[in-house]
Amino acid sequence: MSGHVSPVGLYVTIFGALTVLTALTVFAAFVDLGQFNFLVAMVIAVFKASLVIWYFMHVKYASHLTKLTVATGLFFLVILLSMTLIDYSSKAFTPMPPFLQ
Amino acid sequence: MLDKLKIPERHYLNNGHSLASWLLTKDHKRIAIMYLISISVMFFLGGLFAIGIRLELATPQGDFVTADTYNKFFTMHGVIMVFFFLIPSIPAVLGNFLIPPMIGAKDLAFPRINLISLYIYWIGGVFTLYAMIAGGVDTGWTFYTPYSATGSNTNVVPTAVGVFIAGFSSILTGLNFIVTIHRMRAPGMTWFRLPLFVWAHYATSLVQVLGTPVVAITIVMLGVERALGFGIFDPARGGDPVLFQHLFWFYSHPAVYIMILPALGVQSELVSTFSRKTIFGYSFVAFSSLAIAVFGFIVWAHHMFVAGISTYAAMVFSFLSFSVAIPSAVKVFNWTATLYKGAISFETPMLYAYGFLGLFAIGGLTGLFLATLGLDVHVHDTYFVVAHFHYIMVGGAIMGYMGGLHFWWPKMTGRMYSEFFSRVSAIMVFVGFNVTFFPQFVVGYLGMPRRYHSYPDEFQVLNVMSSAGATVLGLGYALPVLYFLWSLRYGAVAGPNPWRASGLEWQMQSPPLTENFVETPIVDTEPYEYEHVVSREKHLV
Amino acid sequence: MSNAVVHADIHGQAHAAHHPALRHHFDTMGQQKEAAVIGMWVFLLTEILFFGGLFAAYMVYRVWYFDAFAEASRSLEIFWGALNTAVLIGSSLTMAMAVRGAQTNKRTATINWLILTMLLGCVFLGVKVIEYAEKIEHHHVPGFNYQWAPAHEAAPAAEGVAAEGHRKLSLTPEQLQLMTQIYFSLYFTMTGLHALHMIVGIGLMSVITWMTWKGKFDREYYTPVEMSGLYWHFVDIVWIFLFPLLYLVERHT
Repeated sequence: MSGHVSPVGLYVTIFGALTVLTALTVFAAFVDLGQFNFLVAMVIAVFKASLVIWYFMHVKYASHLTKLTVATGLFFLVILLSMTLIDYSSKAFTPMPPFLQ
Repeated sequence: MLDKLKIPERHYLNNGHSLASWLLTKDHKRIAIMYLISISVMFFLGGLFAIGIRLELATPQGDFVTADTYNKFFTMHGVIMVFFFLIPSIPAVLGNFLIPPMIGAKDLAFPRINLISLYIYWIGGVFTLYAMIAGGVDTGWTFYTPYSATGSNTNVVPTAVGVFIAGFSSILTGLNFIVTIHRMRAPGMTWFRLPLFVWAHYATSLVQVLGTPVVAITIVMLGVERALGFGIFDPARGGDPVLFQHLFWFYSHPAVYIMILPALGVQSELVSTFSRKTIFGYSFVAFSSLAIAVFGFIVWAHHMFVAGISTYAAMVFSFLSFSVAIPSAVKVFNWTATLYKGAISFETPMLYAYGFLGLFAIGGLTGLFLATLGLDVHVHDTYFVVAHFHYIMVGGAIMGYMGGLHFWWPKMTGRMYSEFFSRVSAIMVFVGFNVTFFPQFVVGYLGMPRRYHSYPDEFQVLNVMSSAGATVLGLGYALPVLYFLWSLRYGAVAGPNPWRASGLEWQMQSPPLTENFVETPIVDTEPYEYEHVVSREKHLV
Repeated sequence: MSNAVVHADIHGQAHAAHHPALRHHFDTMGQQKEAAVIGMWVFLLTEILFFGGLFAAYMVYRVWYFDAFAEASRSLEIFWGALNTAVLIGSSLTMAMAVRGAQTNKRTATINWLILTMLLGCVFLGVKVIEYAEKIEHHHVPGFNYQWAPAHEAAPAAEGVAAEGHRKLSLTPEQLQLMTQIYFSLYFTMTGLHALHMIVGIGLMSVITWMTWKGKFDREYYTPVEMSGLYWHFVDIVWIFLFPLLYLVERHT
């Protein structure tokens, strides 16, 4: 059983999109968006990663189980990051001894 | 009824006798046997350190060993028992052996990866044993920074490397099980016809695969901090030691579910078989395994209530920690309901199951004590905690392992062991266990801290009780080695299904063929239907 | 019922029909391939969580030490980082083409694309060597005479960056020293681990190239090529996040 064979044009298009998005990331880094710089960079990165996962890694054409597997991994990564933040975002930064005046 | 039983001519144990046929095998059953031997060695090694601990604690003064040596005892006991015994135990031995036949498959999805996981376990063990021989580690199995990164002058890096490597063994086992259970089930073996043992191992595998990598990277960070002088957790270099704890416990809390979930699966099999009744609320029990696995990931900071996390975070994690008790309670209720009006009996595996039921309940309830923020602040780092987790790990997980070993031993070896001595052993374990660990609840509640080699005089009586109980417990564990080995040569031939249990594994010969089944079974019955067992037996030799 | 006779019979029948790459514990090539794909993705899950721990550490310290992180980040050359990003994205394209070649049974094309992918990987590693050498020269490697001395740093070349920020930094030199050291500890651990994965990936691909050359793959069975592809794309994805997180912190000042 062979898997889905993507057309070359699709791959080249995705490559082009990834390159453009990379340039966009760099460009946006030089624009002062304040707090939003980080968000913009992350949104673009997530979008780039999604393109790679969906098309280069063929998840678009893969079974439901494969899609579920990818989603599960991302879900638990989000848990790791967000629940760690529950602690750090709800306490003041306590200066370590070297930082005390 | 049946003719005198004989060991079958061809089976997986005599399919090749050379060392190479074992060390290069792809047969999941041979790999399981090699794991059995390996983890048994580690168990007794960890037990030696426990003996050292209990000997020291028999007297209030620190007179047996120095404080530093005592620190090494409890560290090595923890590292070996957690990473090299409990985490692999049921999955690597019973899971490896039984999951393919239980689902009607010839082997796991990736037999060579299974073998590699065994090699990796051995290599990790070598590093840890080296660290032990080179003088041990004294940081506690939790490796808290900054002591482990900068303070301790013991063999932290080799031990950490050993644990890191062993973690990959665990990951590969979990990966194998997940793919196997998804893609290798026989025709007709739908998810809801799977034995609950398989559900439990599926849930365990999810935890292994998702949690272990985080402790792996934490160990890497600890390693580069210690070996290269990077600053990540060291406050003197601007780091946060609490961050280490967050990352460490993100894995190590789910790790305790890696240790108990398989035993919960064994328990379902035992309770059902020895009440001759299908498990009450099968789907609830199945989903509760998944729930434990998932909830287990969102409660880790209950190990850090007094470490310096915010009060807000403490409250959140305390609340969530209550939730994880619910699916466990569902299981206990369902097992109890299964026993009710069942045709219960008292064979050795079931003795372990009865013990498990009570001790797991106590362990779980005391877990709720510890989840309660206000109480935990007082009993954190006391023997109350030690007693709690030993009730779950020993009273629960190890009894589950022993019960499973006694249940499936006839399938794995074709032989029955002495029922008399096995019952004696089970009772010794139960009594010894309670005498060892119940006093620890009391002494911990009264304030005796853990990880100290001396203590105030008023705690001596309870400590002596605990040490005495440990002796009985140790003997209770040593006895099975004798009668199991004896059974290999002199035990009665078991036949395919000595317990008249349900499950595809009992339709194989004992010991099984290398390829498990002659023909792929086709499943058309629900699990745990005992009326059909007798009629199926007639087809087997 | 005699086990031996029945067993031989079934085995004899089965052997005639199946693809040589079908392992005996699987029933069909489709089942085997699907198992491999799920297995590889489960492994990639472990890698997500593995790098995830580093991202968690990075997240905490970036919030705490933002100004220091920004300064340290600005000491990295965007040019190399962006180049490496382009190189890796290109290598993902060539890898996808290699898998496609295997799917369509074009042996030579597959080998060529694989070699190209490996070359691009080596370019990436070469750039990293250049970057690391620069960091070593400036004593920015924690634990090895680490010294943060921004006054000596030549401003990152002509990238439109004016003076050292319009926001006055309120950190003392001692604080900067410690905080930037945390940044670089994470920088080297994250990029080092990533580079290690790339080396493994290149090694993997050389094995796959050899297997392709030996003619082991066809339309029915090219699973190892696909699996290497998945691994390689994952390594690319990690870099897609590492680049903005490490190189692009507060570049607009």
